[in-house]
Amino acid sequence: MAYSEKVIDHYEHPRNVGAFDKQEPDVGTGMVGAPACGDVMKLQIKVNKEGIIEDARFKTYGCGSAIASSSLVTEWVKGKTLEQAMTIRNTQIAEELALPPVKIHCSILAEDAIKAAIEDYKSKHGAETSERIKAA
Amino acid sequence: MMATADLAMKKPVYLDYSATTPVDPRVVDAMIPFLREDFGNPASRSHAYGWKAEEAVEAARAHVADLVQCDPKEIIWTSGATESINLAVKGAAHFYKEKGRHIITVRTEHKATLDTCRELEREGFEVTYLDVKDNGLIDWDVLVAACRPDTILISVMYVNNEIGVIQDIPRIGEWCREKGIIFHVDSAQATGKVAINLQALKVDLMSFSAHKTYGPKGMGALFVRRKPRIRIEAQIHGGGHERGMRSGTLPTHQIVGMGEAFRLAKLEMAVENDRIRSLRDRLWKGLSEIEAVYLNGDLDHRVPHNLNVSFNFVEGESLLMGIKDVAVSSGSACTSASLEPSYVLRALGRSDELAHSSIRFSVGRFTTEQDIDFTVALLKEKVAKLREMSPLWEMFNDGIDLNTVQWAAH
Repeated sequence: MAYSEKVIDHYEHPRNVGAFDKQEPDVGTGMVGAPACGDVMKLQIKVNKEGIIEDARFKTYGCGSAIASSSLVTEWVKGKTLEQAMTIRNTQIAEELALPPVKIHCSILAEDAIKAAIEDYKSKHGAETSERIKAA
Repeated sequence: MMATADLAMKKPVYLDYSATTPVDPRVVDAMIPFLREDFGNPASRSHAYGWKAEEAVEAARAHVADLVQCDPKEIIWTSGATESINLAVKGAAHFYKEKGRHIITVRTEHKATLDTCRELEREGFEVTYLDVKDNGLIDWDVLVAACRPDTILISVMYVNNEIGVIQDIPRIGEWCREKGIIFHVDSAQATGKVAINLQALKVDLMSFSAHKTYGPKGMGALFVRRKPRIRIEAQIHGGGHERGMRSGTLPTHQIVGMGEAFRLAKLEMAVENDRIRSLRDRLWKGLSEIEAVYLNGDLDHRVPHNLNVSFNFVEGESLLMGIKDVAVSSGSACTSASLEPSYVLRALGRSDELAHSSIRFSVGRFTTEQDIDFTVALLKEKVAKLREMSPLWEMFNDGIDLNTVQWAAH
C-alpha cells in the first residue's frame, strides 16, 4: 500500500508521543478501539484554567494511518478550547492525511479519541459523583 | 552468476520467498531461446520448429517427474497451482459425483482450495473443513472422524504457505487408499523443500507451481496418477492438449523454465536446505531475543525456509512500514483486502491481536547472513520504537491483563 507523504512523516516523526498521569485533575484521557480490530488509540489532553487545551499526548497500537491520525490530532487540539476541539471531524483528518477509503476508520477512531478525552476531562470537573474510567 | 550477486546486496532485503521466488538466472538462460529462435508450437507435427518445441516440452516434463518421482506421462501442464488445484478438486468431484458428494479439506488451506470447495458447495457438494491443532498440524482423530461412506475426495496442502508446517501426507495417503478416497495434495510450497516420492506416497493428484521454486510465474503442473488410474473432468476445453485434460497451446518457454527450475531443485535441494535452515535458525535466534515474541506453527514439522513470528503489542502493518528495507508479509488485516486478520493464524487459536502482529519471513536461495543480521537489527530497533508508542505495551508493563479490559470494539 502506498502511503501519503504526510502519513509517512507522522509515522516516522510522531508528534507528542507519551503519557500524562491520568489521575491528574487537569488531564483528560480517552482510549478507543480494540486490539482484536487491530487498532487502539489513547489520547490525553491537559487543560488549563481558562479551559484551553495546552498540551496533548498519544499512544497508538495500529497501522501507519492510525498512528498518523492520532499524531495529527494531538497537534490540532493544542491551543483549542474544549468546544473548538469537539468540532474536529474525521473528514478533516482523512483529507489532511489523504487517507484512502480503507483507512477512513482510522480518522473516525481519532475523532472518537478526542471526544472520549474531553468527556473524561469534563466528568472530572462536572458533578464529581461518578468517576468514569475509560476502557482501562 | 551476476544476477545472484545483484540480489544479495539489494534493498529491500527480500525475505518473501513464500510469496514468489526470483527466477534463477540459469532458468532464464534456458527459457530465452524458446522466446527467440525456437518459437515453434509443440503441437505442430509437420515441421522442425514444432519438433524442437515438443522435444523441449517432454524434456521438461521428465525433469518435473524426476523431482517428485513419478512417470512423466502423469504430469499435466497448467497455468499455475491455482489452476492445478481447480482442475484436481473440481475435476475429480465432477467425475466421481455419482459415488458420493462429500469432500474433506482443512481450514488452513490456501484460498485456491477453499474457494474451489466453496464453489463445489454451491453445486451441491458437502465439504468438511477440518480444524487444526494449535501447532497447525491436522489432528488425526478429527480427520478420521470426518470421513463418511460418501466421502470421495480429501484435499490437503503438503506445506502451509503462511506458517510452513508440513502435514503428514504419507499417513493420510495410506488412509485414503484403504478407504477408497481420492487424495489431492497441494504441493505449491513443498517442491525443492520436502523430498517427494510419488512412487511411495499414496497420493492420487498433486498440484505444483513453478514460481515458488525459482521458475517463472504463470506456470504449473498437475500430477494425475495412472496406476491406479484416476479420472478427472477437464475444466478447460479446446484442442485436446494434455490428453484432453487441459486444452490450450503449450507455453514452451514457460514449461522449459519450470523443467529447468525443478531439475536444479532436485540437484541442489539437500545442500540448499541445510544452508537455508541455518539462516532461518540464525534469524529466529536473533528475533527471539526480543521480549514477548511468539513463533506461529510447529518448529519441527516445518520447512527450513519459513519463520512466522508475532511481535505482541505491535501492529503488523505499522511494523512493515518501519522495516520497509525488508520485504516480508504480514498476517495483519490491514495488509489484505479483507478486514480480517490471517485466517490461518486464527485457525491455530491465536488471538486476533497476535494475528494482527504477525510477520512471515521466508528465506531462500539468494539470502545471505548479512541479510539476516541486517533484518534482526532492524526488527529490534523498530519493535522497540513502536512499543514505545503502543498503549498495549504500556498496559502490559503496568501489569494489566489485556483480556480483562472492556474494549470499545468498532
